Amino acid sequence: MNMIVCCKQVLDPEAPPASFKIDPGSNQVVPPPGVPPVISPFDEQAVEAALRIKDSQGGKITVLSLGNKLLRDVVKKPLSMGADELVLLEDEAFEGGDSWSIAYALAMAIKKIGEFDLIFCGRQAADWDAGQVGSGIAEILGIPSVTVAKKVEAVDGKARVERVIADGYQVVEVTLPALITVSNELGEARYATLKGIMAAAKKQPTIWKPADIGVDPSQTGAAGRRTKLVKLFQPVREGKCEIIEADSPAEAAAGLAVKLREAKLI
Amino acid sequence: MAESKGVMVYGEIAEGKLASITTELLGGGRRLADESKEELLCILIGDQVGEAPQQAIASGADKVYTAEDPLLKEYQTDSYVAVMEQAVKDLSPRILLLGQTSVGRDLAPRLAFRLGASLSTDCLELSIDPDTKLLQQTRSVFGGNARAIFASESLPQIVTVRQKAMSPLEPDKSKKGEITPIKVELDPAKIRTKVIETVKEEVEGIKLEDAEAIVTGGRGIGGPEGFKQLEELAKALKGAVGASRPPCDNGWVPDTLQVGLTGKIVTPELYIAVALSGASQHLAGCSGAKNIIAINKDPEANIFKEARFGVVGDWKQLLPAFTEKVKELLAG
Ligand SMILES: Cc1cc2nc3c(=O)[nH]c(=O)nc-3n(C[C@H](O)[C@H](O)[C@H](O)COP(=O)(O)OP(=O)(O)OC[C@H]3O[C@@H](n4cnc5c(N)ncnc54)[C@H](O)[C@@H]3O)c2cc1C
Repeated sequence: MNMIVCCKQVLDPEAPPASFKIDPGSNQVVPPPGVPPVISPFDEQAVEAALRIKDSQGGKITVLSLGNKLLRDVVKKPLSMGADELVLLEDEAFEGGDSWSIAYALAMAIKKIGEFDLIFCGRQAADWDAGQVGSGIAEILGIPSVTVAKKVEAVDGKARVERVIADGYQVVEVTLPALITVSNELGEARYATLKGIMAAAKKQPTIWKPADIGVDPSQTGAAGRRTKLVKLFQPVREGKCEIIEADSPAEAAAGLAVKLREAKLI
Repeated sequence: MAESKGVMVYGEIAEGKLASITTELLGGGRRLADESKEELLCILIGDQVGEAPQQAIASGADKVYTAEDPLLKEYQTDSYVAVMEQAVKDLSPRILLLGQTSVGRDLAPRLAFRLGASLSTDCLELSIDPDTKLLQQTRSVFGGNARAIFASESLPQIVTVRQKAMSPLEPDKSKKGEITPIKVELDPAKIRTKVIETVKEEVEGIKLEDAEAIVTGGRGIGGPEGFKQLEELAKALKGAVGASRPPCDNGWVPDTLQVGLTGKIVTPELYIAVALSGASQHLAGCSGAKNIIAINKDPEANIFKEARFGVVGDWKQLLPAFTEKVKELLAG
């Protein structure tokens, strides 16, 4: 089973909301000091989905990350979890892209890798939350896609996927090769082992530039966008919470109930 | 292709009726269509669309297009994208609205890439720029920490809209509209997925999305037993129980109870948040609640920034007395 997993380096989405800042001049997020970036959590779970298949029936996992000045400690994490190879699409030209230009570059890199049965992506990246790149890659490659998976098995040349829907889940069978996007319902991604970290430290990523994957710089990154970012801003929060205090927890709790009654909320 | 015009809504049908997201989109779509003096179209796809076309007209549509075929009984990416691709090419709308739902999340990106069109997902607000006449697409980004406004010159301008972000119109049964069936030509060999089974994981009682009072527990609840206590309170309030993500991930409660960016979007009158910190991704699902009440032992917890009333303390000590007083007040 040849598997490819797309992993994005993002600002830590679990950083405290109070540390989130925007530079209005450049319409960009100011990275919070002292909080290192991470692999987008759904992408880590996509790696986990691939590793579970590798555990049960063997196979090779190639991880693909796109960006510029990617931090090696961050992007190597999938290797330390058990992935086999890392390909970085790393260049200035890849910066500032939208779902369209990113999916295009990733699809071209996947074509260059050539052999694959399953491609995994996270259901959405934890920064822009768009949830488009997975389906976009599948469309460009002309292969079927199943999104928001919580379980993936490969049987008899097909994948059997549990796809999360609003009130439960669906069991869907899809022909291979296919692209699957993974959701947190899959379960936690495994930790890197010490052995894994040491092995990952020795592995050198392969680095591809736009020309290596046959992508014209005008079609990638900011130049290849189809949507224009007009403005990025933080919603204003009013934040006027009335804290109910009393001598004992029981009195405070009863006081809260009385408040709700007075405000006609119960 | 003909000149692009009109605002089109992709309609969803739930249990034989127009889904609430669709009446919301028709309400929002009507406003956009009126502003740009264009027609509001609605497309309905399924094995049988039943009464939904009439409902769509009463909810604001001028023209309804129906695509019926046994192969369209269940949503599947390949079949639905194929029908929508043809419909968009034939009808060339300027704007296409879908819901940010299980179906919309899957259908919209694949369709946009097939058409070479732009897409903004999970939009909260839409307006027409008076100068450029382009759709201004405001969406939630960075887990709800920020908003971004996007615009695109490629047509159609496709967006998915968050549930409950737009208001439906009062249905007008006397409103007239056209209903036109469209021809469906699907090759079963080109549908590469097969739905083996659909498993519903619904909990008893009032649905989370419909509840006017919600009691939500977070990681601090510590296990499934704690949720029993939240249930007691929810019952007294004739409401429903919800959860932040960790209780779902830990299997304390079903995944379907998750509120947030990647869970349910709720807008109740009363939202009681117990032992959850108020991460931006959680607030994305509940910031539309009219009144948020916070119970948390950490006075610095972010949830207090969103709440109207709060108590700082251990929920285990607070909740029994609170539930008891609530019951007393409701009985009296
Ligand atoms: C892309 C992405 C999407 C996400 N989508 C969602 C989503 O849809 N919904 C969602 O909820 N999360 C989502 N998350 C996760 C989110 O970032 C937070 O991790 C999560 O919401 C935290 O849940 P919590 O508040 O219950 O836990 P914590 O942040 O750990 O907070 C627990 C709180 O409980 C309090 N507490 C503990 N013990 C007690 C006690 N005895 N009494 C009183 N208070 C106590 C603590 O003070 C603390 O404030 C998403 C994350 C990412 C990256």
